[in-house]
Amino acid sequence: MFPNAFEYEAPTSLDDAIRLIREHGYDAKVLAGGQSLLPMMKLRIAAPAVLIDINGIDELKGWREVDGTLRIGAMTRHAELEHARELADSFPLLSRTARWIADPLIRNRGTIGGSLAHADPGADWGAAMLAAGARIEARGPEGSRLIPVDEFFVDTFATSLNEDELVVAVHIDKPTGPVAARYMKLERKAGDFAIAALGVQVELDSNGRVAKAGIGMCACGPIPLRATKAEAALIGQPLTDETIKTVSRLVPEDADPTDDLRGSAEYKRDLLRVFASRALHEIAEELKGKVGGQ
Amino acid sequence: MKIRVKVNGRWYESDVEPRTLLAYWLREDLKLTGTHIGCDTTSCGACTVLLDGKAVKSCTVLAVQANGREVMTVEGLERNGQLHPLQSAFWECHALQCGYCTPGMLMASYALLQENPNPTEEEIREGLSGNICRCTGYMNIVKAVQTAARKMSGESQEALEEVAANGASAD
Repeated sequence: MFPNAFEYEAPTSLDDAIRLIREHGYDAKVLAGGQSLLPMMKLRIAAPAVLIDINGIDELKGWREVDGTLRIGAMTRHAELEHARELADSFPLLSRTARWIADPLIRNRGTIGGSLAHADPGADWGAAMLAAGARIEARGPEGSRLIPVDEFFVDTFATSLNEDELVVAVHIDKPTGPVAARYMKLERKAGDFAIAALGVQVELDSNGRVAKAGIGMCACGPIPLRATKAEAALIGQPLTDETIKTVSRLVPEDADPTDDLRGSAEYKRDLLRVFASRALHEIAEELKGKVGGQ
Repeated sequence: MKIRVKVNGRWYESDVEPRTLLAYWLREDLKLTGTHIGCDTTSCGACTVLLDGKAVKSCTVLAVQANGREVMTVEGLERNGQLHPLQSAFWECHALQCGYCTPGMLMASYALLQENPNPTEEEIREGLSGNICRCTGYMNIVKAVQTAARKMSGESQEALEEVAANGASAD
């Protein structure tokens, strides 16, 4: 199989990329890791007239921490985040999520920015970024803007990016208190999209109570969804068995799964509850002794 | 579009349509048919090659994206008529039945052992999780990778000892 013919552009600067995106508009698609786009082009689901390959733009690669915020370049590959030991303590969701994406070969190509911009509700980064409270940096001809991840996903395969904007980075604030996170996913077979998956991140205050909580759900709606009620129920609470039980039951209330070949909606809701309970118990265990006087 | 790619240590120049996929360029233009195309939908891993040292599915990379880069295919494993330890381990452990997935298994295993020379069984299974064997001969494939890992560390140990004893190369 091979794609429709297209004109190939490989800009080496961000300015050139944005100029090309503006020039070609909806006739163009941006090629990041290509692990979703190229299969869609081969199946002729996508047939862009122009392909703008951004793999040669160095300013989109790698990450750096500035003033308590981690800025991850859009072209950072899943495998790089999976193996980034230096990020594991403060940004535990990155490696814990990356290792669940597809398979190692795909993780060597696929990128965090490409995955987010593609906006597949079955993709893992969306749920994880909700849990981490990320912001997406978009660049257009007028400059950059930060889009809170809650406002980024609009519908299946649709984001709030303007036609002439490109995802250039993901921003995540460094937690100030003890933090722990889990990403839990059930797949039919190795490397598949999720039946359902859940990202959970919890930050404690100096009294061992939950200061910040993020819970994102994958493959349980038209876009990645936030378990708002469960998050609210966690704030200010210690991570006791009682709290965890109550909170876990609230998680599926914000989910919107459908019956499909991967499972029934009812099954997926129950998976979310079980994942939330397991994740929070593991997080409580990990954070034991990390709070002064506890 | 003109491209120049280093494949198995040798530079090749070619004029390709941008839509040409790396797997097809290797097979049809370079006649390196060791790289197989199985599912053609980024699932099976039969087309696995190394691109700048990283294992990738070459049915899901454009040939133009390899321009100026280095590719290693299964044909690049053998050296001077000698099978690579991974290839001989696959032979010895009967790690293939129909053989269709073998080039991809070899290249994914090669990349795995480059990064992790002494993987556990679980790490091997995770490392090869992007490669499907339709004969379901996974047991022997895992055994072969374990055997190759031992061979590769053992051989280099032997080579070191021989160099230490004789001051000569281990060939």
